[in-house]
This record gives sequence, structure tokens and C-alpha cells, in this order.
Amino acid sequence: MKGEKKKKIIKIIKVDVDKCSGCRACEVICSAFHAAPEYSSNNPERSRIRVIHEPIKDVYIPVYAGEYTPAECAGRGQYTIDGKDYDECAFCRASCPSRDLFKEPDSGLPLKCDMCESDPPLEAPLCVQWCLPDALTYEEREEEVEEEVVLEEMEIGLEALAEKYGLQKIADGIARMSKND
Amino acid sequence: MRYAETGFNLEIDLTRGNVEKVATDPKDTELYLGGLGTSAKILWDRVPPEVEPFSPDNLLIFSTGLLCGTPALSANRTIVATISPQTKLMTFSMMGGFFGQELKHAGYDKIIIRGKSPNLVYLWISDDKVEIRDAGHLKGKGTLETQGLIRNELKDQKAQVSAIGLAGENRIFYASIECGKSSASRNGVGGVMGDKGLKAIAVRGKKDIHIARPPEFMETCNEILQYMDHRLKEPIKLPDGMPVILANLGIQEMAHHDEEWHTTNFAWGNARHRRLDFWTKENEKQWKDSQENAVSRLIGCYNCPIRCGGSISQKGANNFMMKCYSKLTYTMAAMSDLDFGFNIVARAQEYGVDGYTTPQVMAFAVELYEDGILTERDMPGFPSGNEDRFYWLLDKIVRREGIGDVLADGTYWAAKAIGRGAEAYAHNNIKKTEQLPLKLGMLNPIYFLMYATGEKVNITQIEGQFPQAPHLSREDREEFVKDWIQVPNERLKEYFVNWEPRTFPHYPTPAATCEIVEWQEMMHYIDDATGVCTAVSSFVLKPPYHIHNFPKLIASGTGIEMDEDKLWKIAKRIRTLVRAVNVRRGMRRKDERPPEDHWKKRFPELEAKLLDEYYKFKGWNNEGIPTKVFLDELQLGYVSEDLLKRGVLTENIDAP
Repeated sequence: MKGEKKKKIIKIIKVDVDKCSGCRACEVICSAFHAAPEYSSNNPERSRIRVIHEPIKDVYIPVYAGEYTPAECAGRGQYTIDGKDYDECAFCRASCPSRDLFKEPDSGLPLKCDMCESDPPLEAPLCVQWCLPDALTYEEREEEVEEEVVLEEMEIGLEALAEKYGLQKIADGIARMSKND
Repeated sequence: MRYAETGFNLEIDLTRGNVEKVATDPKDTELYLGGLGTSAKILWDRVPPEVEPFSPDNLLIFSTGLLCGTPALSANRTIVATISPQTKLMTFSMMGGFFGQELKHAGYDKIIIRGKSPNLVYLWISDDKVEIRDAGHLKGKGTLETQGLIRNELKDQKAQVSAIGLAGENRIFYASIECGKSSASRNGVGGVMGDKGLKAIAVRGKKDIHIARPPEFMETCNEILQYMDHRLKEPIKLPDGMPVILANLGIQEMAHHDEEWHTTNFAWGNARHRRLDFWTKENEKQWKDSQENAVSRLIGCYNCPIRCGGSISQKGANNFMMKCYSKLTYTMAAMSDLDFGFNIVARAQEYGVDGYTTPQVMAFAVELYEDGILTERDMPGFPSGNEDRFYWLLDKIVRREGIGDVLADGTYWAAKAIGRGAEAYAHNNIKKTEQLPLKLGMLNPIYFLMYATGEKVNITQIEGQFPQAPHLSREDREEFVKDWIQVPNERLKEYFVNWEPRTFPHYPTPAATCEIVEWQEMMHYIDDATGVCTAVSSFVLKPPYHIHNFPKLIASGTGIEMDEDKLWKIAKRIRTLVRAVNVRRGMRRKDERPPEDHWKKRFPELEAKLLDEYYKFKGWNNEGIPTKVFLDELQLGYVSEDLLKRGVLTENIDAP
């Protein structure tokens, strides 16, 4: 899967946790934008950004969904920053078996931030546009990377299913479903 | 398919332990929208006037607003409606935060609670699964403590929990319902919850909320977002004498240090003393330090970019979240400072009491003690230090211990029970409810009508968009109205432009006053039906939400055809229905008066004229009862029929 070196735009959502007010507008607009048809419904459970919050401890961390991972981490980290304890996994962006974040509630399939891919492209992802306290800001940076084959959204889902059930079961399932059609 | 709303209510009968999911009539949404509107309809239909507040037949309704949970910014209010133990009238106390949207995502517009549980219980709603669970182990626990314990017990940190504390369990007439930093505090809704044996409601929702016409709906949402952004960056230029805080969106008490206006204009103690020279450099510095030490972060409610709340961490007290004005109510009632204010709120919030009424009741008791009406016999062990006295009283009140049992009913009922001239000390009530401690000079006709006739019985929830004072020069006033797009018509701009300073009480004229009051009130009723927070709408100057964009938002959100006239009529219908519930419970013109000492200069004839004209303007008769003609016009024929049958309305005094 290795390719040639290539210039690539890296899209960055910068998160300033000190500015987060915990309002979760990011979750609302993200889930609305990704609804089909666009904006026809909303539901934070489907959002690709979540605010991990423990108000009594004054902890607010907006986390946007990264890669799916089939396995739990071997150990767990815990951070203390400025005297405040942050729970294990607090800063992690993965959709993984150890927590219920970033999973499509109906199918259990992993959710991943696509930076609000749109045609024409948006000025900035919508979570950033809707964050007036500026806890989320957007930046682009150019980097040289090795090109790799990018998986389509459906393939990401299929891969996750394959991890869970094995390829054979999925192939059987698809065969059965096409017969029923 | 229902849009913006779910189309289902959850009916809970705590006597029988029964749970039912009931489909609602879409026709009711068209007539009353949702939130306060549809809750008023339910209270009218199902709670006859004989029902006492602490009766199993009283309903306690938790309602989302029509737009709650949609992308409409700041539409996050939960409206709690019931019959109040304080006023014996219908009350609707509201909170922001995160409860309303969670309930809607669980698939319900309202939770309607009736009956009484023999044992303390809590409710667990997780989408379609609804359980009534034992809460024996939570008895006496604080509100925040309870929220945490329930979340742990349910193993769901995302559950939103509304809980009562000791005050609610002991049926204090001003007990609150607390949820995170938010609370429904006014008029004892927490006491009704306690009377029903309901310690808490935990909700977790994972369902979608649908929008009827998405592109149109989002266009309006984005306009509102952009305007909020603009207003956050550029505060309004205010007339002299108006508080700085009104230049902004939201109620930014946690961000602002400058409290000159509140500390010098509001009365201290038992709503008695103004301290015109309080805001010295020294006090300003001390207060700024206190606030900066206590507030570690500004926080917001669901889907709202304005940050009216604060994360509070103080030495010697548990962390908690604070909003709005409670930092000053205790401080000023106890003649103390901000450190005390933050500290006592930490405890009061765990007990679950209203931050407006509670400090006033305690200041009332202190004053009675100092004047020898309450004595050591009534209050054995009453401390001598002022701050100690407030903690002592708070502890007694929430447990209904000794004098606390009397004070737990609020100053109006407590004064009656104490006698010995105590009634003169309960001087700051309207409709038996404690008011903000404001004592001013010249009668203000606009505020006179709002105080007298408001069914919210709380000025901050009636006032709003019309400036409280004019700019000194006509040029400045003309400048102010230039971008005043929120007004319903050009006349309101004229009233403001022609308003010369110090022309109360004869300006504005009664006719203009009626229109100004009506506008402010209608916008509040629209907010309370849709669940939009008044701090970005009816309570603030030049707000993002107004009569010209609400119809589009409601129409595209719900699919119900809407225009300005229709929405205005719905707001009137809701407002009239609330009044109907209350006149059926005996409320009359005699009850509609501000505290006698609210203004030094009063004008009985003018005040009578103002009431006469306003009642007529509203379609009410001379007793403040909606007329048959007007009720029928609003499609409230079932109300006029009932009021006639009961003799509340008679054909001959019903002439419009």
C-alpha cells in the first residue's frame, strides 16, 4: 500500500479545553450535518465530536472521532493537569471496544470525523463554526506524506464488521441478503 | 411523523406505580405550540380549582419547549408547571441546562406526574425503558450529591438528573428542582415533587429529533448564530443609568465584576436599605478578587454559545456550578460580601432552595428578631454573628425545625403565623411571592403593570426588550432605534424616541404603556412555549430571537404554517389560558398590586386607570377575568363555558 511522497493538506481542529463552556453545540451541528438528508435530524449520539465532561471537577474536553480500533489498549493512562485529574481515555479519539463513544447507535459501526467534507468545501468544519467561545479553531498546514490508499466510508464499516464477525460470516450474510432481494 | 417535537408524553402515576406513553394531539401543538402552552392546557383540563397543591391530584409537569433539542440555538429550557404551594395558583418555573433536550431525545415532550408514592422513589427514563426505582438510600442527600449517586448507580455518566434536596423532601414552599448548574426554583415546584415522594428524575435519550424543512430551518439558525457572534463582540450602547450587564446577551453575572448598579440600586437586608455609596474602590477590588478566586470557568447551557454560568471552586466548600444572580442575593440580604455569597450558595443549592426567596426570608427573620417580634424563645441558640445567623436559619428552614417550620412557608404565610405585627415585615410580596429587593422613587407605569398583572410573579421573567430608561438626548435615542429590528411595529420606536428623561409617571401614556407591556409579555410567552432562553430573547435588548424570525423557525422546524399574526395570537391564547386557570382558582384584581413600598411616589388614580386600560386592552373584564367574547375569539370556548358554569364569568359583566 506504500505510495510516493506527496504534498498534503493537514486539517487541524485545535482544541483549547480552557475555553470550552460545555454547551455541546458542536455535537448538535455535527450530527445535523451528517444526517441524511442533510440537517433533517440531529442526535448527539451520532455526533463525531463529543464533549467529555465532568462539571463538578470542572473538566470539559471536546474530542473528535479518530480511527476505529478493534482492540482495547493494554494499559490505561491517567493524567493530572493543573491539579485536575483526567480520566483514562479522556483525550483519546479512537472508536474502540472499551467505551461507547463514536459508535453509530443503530448499527454500532464506528464514526469518524470527516472534517465536514462537502462540495463546495466549507470554510471550516461546522463544529468550529458553531463554537463561538473559540474552544475549537481550525487550521490547515501543508505536509509531505507518503501516499496511501484511502478507505471509503463503507469500507471502514466493512472492515470493522470483519474484525468483529470474520470475513466468511460477512460474505455469507451478503450472499443471503442478495438472494432475498 | 412529528417534527421538532416527539408527539408523546410520559404519564406517571406514582400512587399506582403506573407508567404510560401517550400520543398527543397534533391539533394542540397548532393551538398552544408546546412547553408552557400545552402544559397550561393540561392543567386546565385535569386539575380543577379545588385541588390543593399538596394533593395527589395536583400534576407536576416537566415539559420541553417545542424547539428544545433541535439545532435552534439556546432552545434548551425545561418548563416545570404545577399548582404552587406558595401562591395556590398555577406556577411555571423554568430551567436551562441539559435536561430538556435529553428528554426529547428519549422520545418524550413531557413527563406528567400525578399521585403520590408511599416511599421515596426516583424515575429512570432510558429511551423506551422507564422504571420507578427505590430512593430510600437517597433520602436527605444533597441535590448535586444525588445526581452523582444516581449516575453511578445507573452506570451512565451521560444521564441528566433533576433532583430535590432536603428542602423539597420537606415540602418547603420555595424548594427548587436542581439539575447541574440549572434549577427550576420559583414558587415551590421542588416542594410539590417532594410531596409526591419523587426524589429525582434521571433521563438518557439516544433518539433522533426531526426537522420538517431542514434548509430553511438551518438558514434561520445560522442567521441567529451570526447575530449572536456580532453581539458578543459588540455590546449595545446603553442609556445612562442602565446596568452595564444589559448591554450583552445572556446574564453574565459570572463574567462581570462591576456590580455598582446592583449594589447601589437594589435594597440590602430585608429589602430595606439602599447603599448608594457602597461601590468604593476598595469594595470593587475585594469583590473582583473574590469572584476571580471562585469562578474557574464560564459555562453554558445546551447548544448555547453564551456563558451565563460559572464553575465555582472555593476553599472549604464543595465545587458547584452557579448561574445568574444568586451570588448577590444572599450577600445583600445578609449585608455581607461575595465570599460569603459563594459559600452559602454551595450549601443552599445542595438543600435545593430558591436563591431569590430564601435570602429574603432569612433577612425577614433576622429583622423580626432584632425588633423583638421573634425572641430567644422562638429561636433558641440563634447566633449573634450575621453570617452565622444565615447558615443557622438555612439549616432550620430546610429541616422545618422550630422556627424553620414557619419560615419554610415564605414571608407571607410566616408573618400570618407569627402575628404580633410581623405582617408589616413581609413587605415585599406580590401574590404571596417574594420579589427582588428593589425600592425606588417614582412610579414607573410600565413596571407597575408588569408587576401587578404578571402571572410569572417574577419581574425578570416579564421585563426585557424595552429599555428601562431613555438616553438623555433625542439624537442618542434616534440612533438606538436605527437598528431596532426586533420591534413588532414602528409605534414602539416612536414611544422610545419621544421619551424624555424623568417624565414618569405620565409618560408613556396608559395606551402606549399597554402596548409596551404586551410586547414584552408576548415574547416571554413565545419563549416559554418554544423553550428558547429569555437571555437571548425576551429578557435582553435587541435579542437574536424576535417576532419576525420566530414564525419562520417554528414553521420550518415543525411544518406547521406560521406567520407573525398567528404566532401573536397563539401567545395571547397561552397567556389567557394561564390567566383562566388562575381566575378559576380565585385570583382577582385585588391581588394585582406591587408591594406598597416598591415606589415612594404612588398615584392611586393613575394606577387604577392603568389597570382599567390594560385589562380592556387584554380582553379582560374589570376584575381581570378574560371575557367570553375574547375567549371565544381565541378558540377557548371550553374555557368561557366552564367559567360561566362556575359563575366566575356572568353574562352581564362580560361586556367587552
